[in-house]
Formats: sequence, structure tokens, C-alpha cells
Amino acid sequence: MSTVGSQIEVPAGVSLPIYMDNHATSPMDPRVLEAMMPFFTQKFGNAASRNHSFGWEAEQAVETAREQIAKLIGATAKEIIFTSGATESNNLAIKGIAEMYRERGNHIITQVTEHKAVLDTCKRLEKYGYRVTYLPVKADGLIDIEDLKRAIDDKTILVTIMAANNEIGVLQPIREIGKICHEKGVLFHSDAVQAVGKVPVNVIADNIDVLSLTAHKIYGPKGVGALYVRRRNPRVQIAAQIDGGGHERGMRSGTLNVPGIVGLGKACEIAMNEMENEAAYLRGLRDRLKAKFETELDYVHVNGSWEHRLPGNLNMSFVYVEGESLLMGINDVAVSSGSACTSATLEPSYVLKALGLGDDVAHSSIRFGLGRFNTQAEVDYVAAKVIDIVKHLRELSPLYEMVKEGIDLTKIEWQAH
Amino acid sequence: MAYSDKVVDHYNNPRNVGTLDKSSAEVGTGLVGAPECGDVMRLQIRVNPETQVIEEAKFKTFGCGSAIASSSLATEWIKGRKVEEALTIKNTDIVKELSLPPVKIHCSVLAEDAIRAAIGDWKKKNGVAETEQAAVSAN
Repeated sequence: MSTVGSQIEVPAGVSLPIYMDNHATSPMDPRVLEAMMPFFTQKFGNAASRNHSFGWEAEQAVETAREQIAKLIGATAKEIIFTSGATESNNLAIKGIAEMYRERGNHIITQVTEHKAVLDTCKRLEKYGYRVTYLPVKADGLIDIEDLKRAIDDKTILVTIMAANNEIGVLQPIREIGKICHEKGVLFHSDAVQAVGKVPVNVIADNIDVLSLTAHKIYGPKGVGALYVRRRNPRVQIAAQIDGGGHERGMRSGTLNVPGIVGLGKACEIAMNEMENEAAYLRGLRDRLKAKFETELDYVHVNGSWEHRLPGNLNMSFVYVEGESLLMGINDVAVSSGSACTSATLEPSYVLKALGLGDDVAHSSIRFGLGRFNTQAEVDYVAAKVIDIVKHLRELSPLYEMVKEGIDLTKIEWQAH
Repeated sequence: MAYSDKVVDHYNNPRNVGTLDKSSAEVGTGLVGAPECGDVMRLQIRVNPETQVIEEAKFKTFGCGSAIASSSLATEWIKGRKVEEALTIKNTDIVKELSLPPVKIHCSVLAEDAIRAAIGDWKKKNGVAETEQAAVSAN
């Protein structure tokens, strides 16, 4: 007998496997690699070497990258601090501010669907005597601005809210959040890893004081990121978490990763020039994918706000089909699932649970992360394949059969195990 | 996660998928697991009242590939066996046959539970005394 889904024809120009998991990481743009290449073997200088041309050359390249990054987010070059990536940027921002502003207060506000790099950093600070408020999200994944206003008190030093969520792609109202923070004299940090280069982010207009970004989500190399630290209105101070040679204005010591930084700069420059067209292109692909699912299948729904969402994100639940079994059927397509079975912890996605979705719906979710190099032919293939597998698995699903018979699944006494 | 060839085979070509008439006296139905946990198995048997042989076994499963394979294999194994024989199937037999990794052992446990639940239901319908083993599984 044939393998399920094997009869779906692979269109011309499509090679398998297809990568559609661009929120996890993105392939490097060849233009980025080209910009980086000379900095490995020829221009290998240490950017901190002040006495010879190798150092000057490296420093010049780093400063160019700083400009490219600053331009993309509406900052100035001096406000960009290089790090090893977004996890470090988030740690540095939150711990660095907590330490520096300890005398002013000990209260931090965040929200429940943040990345673990933010949540776990906040949890550690709680052990050190800080108070953290985790704001809930509404069913659409956005925080309620009124909740934020109520949560700020005279001990609040920092609000940290992501710009775009990595699972459901929803865009938090950062401009409004920043405005409230500035009115109340509280610093605003945003983990903008998924948003920068995908949707317009401007630290001035959006009232952001500190912002984390990383290269590998925007077609740059892994292992390099940056932290924007505002220098005026207000001037933000951050206590270093890594001590050493006093690089990066004392905020982050360590020899700069020059090739990586050049790559990050180039990735930002490309994003700056191409973001508008690319967003429209990705939105088109994403809408096409969604429309195909909604036409061919019943009991599918989008998780999180559709209106406030990254152009390349589609997070959909194929109810009554378990996510891991769906992934198994589409093993020539790289996507992610919120299913417990696919995670190390055997817990379904905390992000989807925070939306108030039942665990059963969370188990049925698939995240499609469309990116720069995906094509319409790939979308058509993925759609056909997923539809075929979902139909197959629903024939096997007792839940789908019961629902079709009109049985209310919530009324059944399940034997949890 | 890498799946064994046998799991992949059951996933692609599940045996004995379907539904039996649960109102029939000859049919026993076991529904185990919970949607929140990510797996629900329904296993049904049709037993010959004369011979006590399971003549037909059907399943439907919501769950990962290993859960689907475990229940598919369970129907293969119980078909043609007498009820009491079917009760001797252990989850460890399923683990071995499908080469399930430790994180998937619960799938095999669920399949064993499903066999016991279906047989238990059939016994209840037909006034057959529960064996000690079956009574334990009902807890």
C-alpha cells in the first residue's frame, strides 16, 4: 500500500524538504554571507585593536553595521550594543536594568506569552527579591492596556513586553505600551526579535527604551544579536552582566564577533530596503495557505489575532487531529506544533493555553512560518499535503466521528491519564 | 523524533480502522484517554457468543503516530483470539514489537487499557463475571 499523502504531486521547481519554520530560524541570505566572507580570513582584525590597520578595518566594519541596524529601528549608532543573540540581549536588558534601578524600585511587569528568555529571567529576579507581574492576554493574544495601567505602581521600574510573538505571531500594541510607560516614568523594554525587519519598528515613535533583536531571524547568521539602549529622553543605564575589557561602552565586554556583526548589519540593510514588498508577498502566501485550509477542511481555526499579526505567521489548529501525528505525515515539510508530544516537557504550548484554548486544541496546532525564500508552489504543495493528511487522520479520529454524530465532547467523562 | 519502521507502517496503513455498532450485545467498546492529554483511543470488539472468540476488532485513535500504531497493532493481535487470551496482552509486548522509546510507553499502556475496557464492556453487557485483571483496569 502507498504511503499517506505520497500521491500529492511535487510541483516543478519545488525541492523537498520544504522549510516553513522561519520563526525558529531563517536561512541566511546569500547577500549576507557574501558581505561576511572577507571578515573571516582576510579582514580578521580585532575591532578593539587601536594601533594597526587590521583593527581599524574591523572597527570600521562594526561601525557600518551599527549604522545599518540603527537605521532599521530609528535609533542612532551609539545606542546599539552587540551581543551573542536575543537570549543574551533579553538577559542583559532585564537583569541590567533591575540591578541599576534597584534603589528606585523592585517591580517588573511582563506578560504570560513572552519567550522563555524573558520569563525565566524574570523568574530568577523573583528569587533575588524582585516582584514580577505577569499580565494575562486576551483570547486574541494581546494584553489589555487597562491591565497594564493598573499594574504599574510606584515601585515599578521596568515593563518588558514583546513586539511580536514567536508562536502565534501576534503584534502587541507596543506604541501604546511605550506611551503609558513614558507617562508614568517607567522604562520599556521590548523583545522585538520576531518583529524587527518584518514589520515597521521605530524606537522613537514606539516609545521603546531598550530593544532586543537577533540576526538569525532576519536571514543573518546565528550567534549574533544586539540590544538598543536609549541615550536620550531618558538616558537608560544598564549594569553589565559580563565583565571584562569594557567593550560596548562597558555594557558588554568581550571581543566583538566581527563577521557576525557585519552579517547582522547587512541583514538589517536588506530588510530596510525590502521589508515593505516582502511583507506584502508573505501576506499573500499566508492568506493563500489559510484560504486553502478553510475551503477544504472543517473545524480549523486560527490561533491569535488575525488583524494584529506578522505577515509570515499562520498558527492554525486542525481540531480532532493530534499535532505530532500530523507532523509525522508531512515529514517533508518543516513546521512546528504546539502539541505536547513534540516538546521536551510533554506539556502543550503555554502560549496557546494562555489564549484560553483547551489543551485539546493546543495539541492540534501547527505553526507555519513563511519566509523570504518560500514560493507559491511550495505553499500549494504544503496545503495539499496537510489537507490530505488531516483528512486521513480524521478518518482515524474517534473525536471527529463523535462530533460529526452531534456528541458534545465536553460532556464526556474522560479518563485522564 | 525517529519512528521505527513498524510505527510508520501502522501509521500509513492502519489496520482495522472503523466503527462497530455499540448497541449490539456482541460488541464491547472501550474509550480511553482524554483529549486534553493528546490521546484518545476507541477500541471495539465483536465477540462470537458461542466460542467467545473476538471475530472483529476496530479502532479509532486521536493521538501521535505511536498511539495510532499501538492501537492498530492491538486490534491485529486480539482478532481471532478468545477473550481471556486477549487479556494476556501486555503493554510491554507492544513496546517491544513497535520499538517504542521511553517517552512513548504511555501509548502502549493506553492500548492495553483499551483492550481491557472493550472486553470489560462486553462482559458487563453479557453478564460475564469480571476477571480480577479486568476489574483492576477499570479503576
